[in-house]
Amino acid sequence: MILNYSQPLEFTNLITWLDTALRSSMSEFWVLLIEFVLVAVGLLAAYSVIAMILIYAERKITAFFQARFGPNRVGKYGIWQSVADVIKILLKEIIHINRSDRFLFFAAPFFMIIASMLTFGAIPFGKFLHAVDFNIGVLYVTAVSSLGIIGVLLAGWSSNNKYSMIGAMRSGAQFVSYELSAGFALMTIVVLAGTMQFSEMIEGQRYCWNLFNGHISSMIAFVIYLISGHAETNRGPFDLPEAESELTAGYHTEYSGMQFGFFYLAEYLNMFIIASIATTVFLGGWMPIQIHGLETFNQIMWYIPSYVWFFAKTGVLIFLSLWVRWSFPRLRIDQLLNLEWKYLLPINLVNIVVMVIIVLTGLTLTDLFPGLF
Amino acid sequence: MSSILEYFSGLFKGIKSLLIGMSVTWKELWTKKVTQQYPENRDTLVISDRFRAELTMPHDENNEHACTACGICQMNCPNGTINVLSAMIETEDGKKKKILDTYTWDLGMCTFCNLCVITCPSDAIKFENTFENAVFTRSKLVQQLNHEGSKLRVKPPKSTESVTKSTECVTKEAQIK
Repeated sequence: MILNYSQPLEFTNLITWLDTALRSSMSEFWVLLIEFVLVAVGLLAAYSVIAMILIYAERKITAFFQARFGPNRVGKYGIWQSVADVIKILLKEIIHINRSDRFLFFAAPFFMIIASMLTFGAIPFGKFLHAVDFNIGVLYVTAVSSLGIIGVLLAGWSSNNKYSMIGAMRSGAQFVSYELSAGFALMTIVVLAGTMQFSEMIEGQRYCWNLFNGHISSMIAFVIYLISGHAETNRGPFDLPEAESELTAGYHTEYSGMQFGFFYLAEYLNMFIIASIATTVFLGGWMPIQIHGLETFNQIMWYIPSYVWFFAKTGVLIFLSLWVRWSFPRLRIDQLLNLEWKYLLPINLVNIVVMVIIVLTGLTLTDLFPGLF
Repeated sequence: MSSILEYFSGLFKGIKSLLIGMSVTWKELWTKKVTQQYPENRDTLVISDRFRAELTMPHDENNEHACTACGICQMNCPNGTINVLSAMIETEDGKKKKILDTYTWDLGMCTFCNLCVITCPSDAIKFENTFENAVFTRSKLVQQLNHEGSKLRVKPPKSTESVTKSTECVTKEAQIK
């Protein structure tokens, strides 16, 4: 009860109030229908707003890395830049190209956006801000996020353009390879956490993040997950499907207007999704920092709303991804596959075995120092 | 065995070099921004003195310039940008003398090669770094460089000039030594 009053900024009260108000006046069916629609609208709104914020942040941080100012003309510090961009891209004409596979050409952006939207829905944004809490959440996220590659391959194939095709094939090779590493890295943590459900995973990290709980093995899994997540989103040093110096723009060369906007949006949201899954699985998700025995400190930490914790942790990881992106040169395709199949995958396989040994022999931090973590 | 060693040493060397790269970009993140925000920074804008933007003919406080209307600049101009119109006048002691009437320079045709300034025997013209030369019509690009009612500067007597020059040379030589 005290906890309820002490978290005035959480959405918990609002959501329960809405639910009881609806239930008191209508039947179960209509309550669920209205709530589903509200959740969907909320998620879509969050999707586009987060994408706009990310685009602005990306352009600003990129500029700072290159000793520039970045957008600073539209509004103070250019904060309305991405709003202006969105309006522009909505007003642009969608150019129909001759001799393309029309159905697939129009279907491809939707595959991209739907794949990232489905993943987006399963992310726990905060306490009670979790649309779908599957008991196999990790598996669901890995499975659904890999649908996006179908969109990329379709876009490359249906454009009837050699650059698009080469870009799509590179992207396919890259995605299939790195999906493996990302999956294995998440499995390492599933071994540690003993569950695939995101809410249980977060609850399990109340006093000790998974990143520290499995010490060496977790750290390796974390780094591998970040690398392969980077590669999956076609960013940073792994952006060779879009290598503009060789392939104009890769698989989305022939797209214009909002169709291009979908690819663009999905790319940024995928970056956010990778960062937020890493946050949830490795860094304790929306759970505030809690320390055994320091009850006052824990209480103060709970005053900061859980979604602020979530977005702060995710923001740090997104910054890390931008930092990496502007530090390293683009990999060649053979170097890319070398890195995955000769380094990341073997290390990952050994890492899972090490993690199993750590868990079975009780060498995790929670087992070693039960009172402390 | 050595190949395994190579594999691991290569791995750790790679990680080390990546970390070095990231530390470099981290430092770069905090460096001063080099962007020049032009219309706002007009007061503090630094344009190099050597930047050639506008041909001028310096006039002193008596509205006198150094151009003798010899026309060498016009002959040396590769584009026919300069047009020197001269007039003949009779001086007080009855000599005929060529003086400058109008000196026109077409900014629209100039390639800023500096040949006119280099070849001028009396250093009468020079390029300034005032670069805001945009105008709305082409005819405004043609400028007259000599001011209204300006005269040729009368040179000081030759003997004193040579004396000062020679003393300058001496002092310079002394400095070098």
